Amino acid sequence: MEILQRSYAGTLESSDLLVEVSPAPGRSIEVEITSSVEKQFEPAIRNVIMSTLDQMGVSAIRISINDKGALDCVIRARVQAAVMRAAKGVHCHQLVWGAI
Amino acid sequence: MSETLRRSMLFVPGSNAAMLSTSFIYEADAIMFDLEDSVSLREKDTARMLVYNALQHPLYKNIETVVRVNALESEFGRSDVMAMVKAGVDVIRLPKTDSLQDVINMEMMIEQAEMEFGRDLGSTKMLAAIESAMGINNAVAIAHGSKRLIGIALGAEDYVRDLRTQRTPEGTELLFARCSILQAARSAGIMAFDTVYSDSGNEAGFLKEARHIHNLGFDGKSLINPRQIELLHNVFAPSEEEVEHALAVIEVAEHAERQGSGVVSLNGKMVDAPIIERAKWTLERAKSGIKR
Amino acid sequence: MKNINLELLERHQLEPYTGPHRLTPHLIHSENKKQRKLFRTLESAIENSGLTDGMTISFHHSFRGGDKTINMVMDVLAEMGFKQLTLASSSLSDVHSPLVGHIKNGVVKKIYTSGLRGELAEEISRGLMEEPIHIHSHGGRVHLVESGELNIDVAFLAVSTSDEFGNANAVSGRARCGSLGYAKIDAQYAKHTILLTEQIVEFPNQPASIAQDDVDGIVEVASVGDASKIGGGATRMTNNPRELLIARRAADVIEQSGYFYDGFSMQTGSGGASLAVTRFLEEKMQRNGIKASFALGGITSTMVDLHEKGFIQNLLDVQSFDAVAAESMARNPGHIEISANQYANPASKGAAVEKLDVVILSALEIDTDFNVNVITGSDGVIRGASGGHSDTAASANLTIIVAPLVRGRIPTVVNSVLNIVTVGSQIDVLVTDHGIAVNPNRPEIAERLSKSALPIMTIEELQRRAEMLTGELQPIRYQENVVGIIRYRDGSVIDVIKQVKE
Repeated sequence: MEILQRSYAGTLESSDLLVEVSPAPGRSIEVEITSSVEKQFEPAIRNVIMSTLDQMGVSAIRISINDKGALDCVIRARVQAAVMRAAKGVHCHQLVWGAI
Repeated sequence: MSETLRRSMLFVPGSNAAMLSTSFIYEADAIMFDLEDSVSLREKDTARMLVYNALQHPLYKNIETVVRVNALESEFGRSDVMAMVKAGVDVIRLPKTDSLQDVINMEMMIEQAEMEFGRDLGSTKMLAAIESAMGINNAVAIAHGSKRLIGIALGAEDYVRDLRTQRTPEGTELLFARCSILQAARSAGIMAFDTVYSDSGNEAGFLKEARHIHNLGFDGKSLINPRQIELLHNVFAPSEEEVEHALAVIEVAEHAERQGSGVVSLNGKMVDAPIIERAKWTLERAKSGIKR
Repeated sequence: MKNINLELLERHQLEPYTGPHRLTPHLIHSENKKQRKLFRTLESAIENSGLTDGMTISFHHSFRGGDKTINMVMDVLAEMGFKQLTLASSSLSDVHSPLVGHIKNGVVKKIYTSGLRGELAEEISRGLMEEPIHIHSHGGRVHLVESGELNIDVAFLAVSTSDEFGNANAVSGRARCGSLGYAKIDAQYAKHTILLTEQIVEFPNQPASIAQDDVDGIVEVASVGDASKIGGGATRMTNNPRELLIARRAADVIEQSGYFYDGFSMQTGSGGASLAVTRFLEEKMQRNGIKASFALGGITSTMVDLHEKGFIQNLLDVQSFDAVAAESMARNPGHIEISANQYANPASKGAAVEKLDVVILSALEIDTDFNVNVITGSDGVIRGASGGHSDTAASANLTIIVAPLVRGRIPTVVNSVLNIVTVGSQIDVLVTDHGIAVNPNRPEIAERLSKSALPIMTIEELQRRAEMLTGELQPIRYQENVVGIIRYRDGSVIDVIKQVKE
């Protein structure tokens, strides 16, 4: 999946996260994490983001999240939504439903 | 009569991450995630992803899940159905069901999704919400419209607007609609569900409405406040006398079966199959508590 | 007798009479008599107290988040140039963040408190102070004072009204915080007690929570605290459906526990779910014809309501948790003010906690051995209070912890708590929104509860569930520096809080 534009998904409410996605200049995956539960869960959060991107076939992206203690399923949902918003490709939806 | 208890359907807006992350603690009979009216247009896609992921969480596997999708005519409905079927939702709730055709279209959509994603055909059930005068007029056809239908429900807010009147505490304006839904549901052998009581802090008002619809014969009701779950279950709960009677019925029925005798009677009255069914049903409801 | 044999006096080590006012010079000039304890400014009262650098000063926390006294007094002390003071407040809250500045400027060197929150707690967790702070329980503080370790030189006690002689209370006047249970100890033991009052009233002021014979100086100030802020935060009545669910379950546990009988006694700690339990007990008490002999501790409006309805015979109040409770203490003869010593001192001749049947407490963390942490969060930073937790847990017949299984992404039930305040052997039942666990050392309670329809599971199952929801916790990294010492109620050290690594 190709990231074509900047997009946002999510909120800064407690138990949620705000995800910002933009095209990566360097053809790589750049992940920036700010979280209210950083000390306890930073590696776990990073894992979920990376596996979600991998599942969606994203290899180049700049993604930054501001997390307020969201569970994994919410992180996945926000990352998926932000990526889909940013990848306004023609066959986007079919790709998604096949991949995730 | 159906075996599944569906007295309480807790309504959770699909766009609220915090609520989706905690609603499994409430002991409602079913949880309904909403993608339709409680979600703004801008968040339809993100809510869809939230619910899609939440449905796959292990803690939602033990409770019956319902999702109210957007109407198929809208730009969101199709993707909603695809996503929810793929995620393994138990029941799809159709909003604003006006005619039999709406039911047929939805069934086709669901079937397509089941085939695409490898789900057992027929495993996704349906619940049709009727929210207009036309829908009420077509209630019988709608109720018979699909084998997937577990029930039909009344959506009072839109219906009352369609009738060009307001909701009142007495609820007279809803009486015809409620009765129509009950009639139609029972003639098709499916369940009837009542609408949300939106004044969430008003316990007395809620109880009055709950008793009213219980007396009418409704099987369940949509709820917006978890506190209403226990209140509703208590209204629907059998009384001590009813439970004792049910136990007595079961006992004589089992006794008769062991003896091999065909006719069962209790206190001089004949106890036949429907009465035994009803007794079992009473005991099932009593599992979550007897009327206090 | 005019001629007294001096030799006789020497033999018995006695002194001869030298005049009528050797001990009472203040009675010489009768115009000064009435005003001798009144000081126009806090500065003059402090000058009169003999306070010097390095001494110990104390405060009470009955105004909770509405306190204005500590910040006001500390500002004055700082301005007067005092240094290296030991601050012993019965507890501290997030309004006391100005203390950070006083610590940095060397005004405060050492702190004894039951709890810390907000910026002050965060800074101390990050190593702000050279000396570690001491965290004590409410009962444990009394023991520290009595044993001499907490040697209070000057107590600054906020009251709403006082007469010119020092008879003071917090149930009349404007800033009514109700019970002065903690302050009573300070007034009794401090070398010098200064009252800060919003209103000087006629002598004799009654009731006298603090009495004239414990008071050295009185200063009238504009405001000592905002009583409307007592009943907020941790002492507000909750509407949160999750907290209500937990509270209802806890009430069910009490009903089935064997400790719910006519004449039972109870206490609920601060925190939405704990306080709400009382509300659900009312219906059960009505149905079973059960009355409570007393409710203890932090007294709430719900308890007052039950007391006035006749369901709870007496209220033993060491701290009024809201305005209704404060009013009730003034009005209801069955609503009795008790001191912290009468409440929970383990060395007391009679601590009310000993008579408790049921106590409901909260927890930041609880581990699979039922050890409880109420002082630090899962990130290792201080954000709570020891309070009456270990006092009540050690004394009550049935100790129940109420807590959500997870708070956002933070698990409450863990494998091992980061810091221990109350040891697991004293905790009997954990009630969460996902299920209930009974300590294996109370098999009779487990038996009684298993007969009910309540969702009982092992604490290990609860911990696994929490982990399933949140994912696995990464261990917190600490530095070697100890920032806090947790003192058990008998004064011994039960745990230490280390500085977190950034």
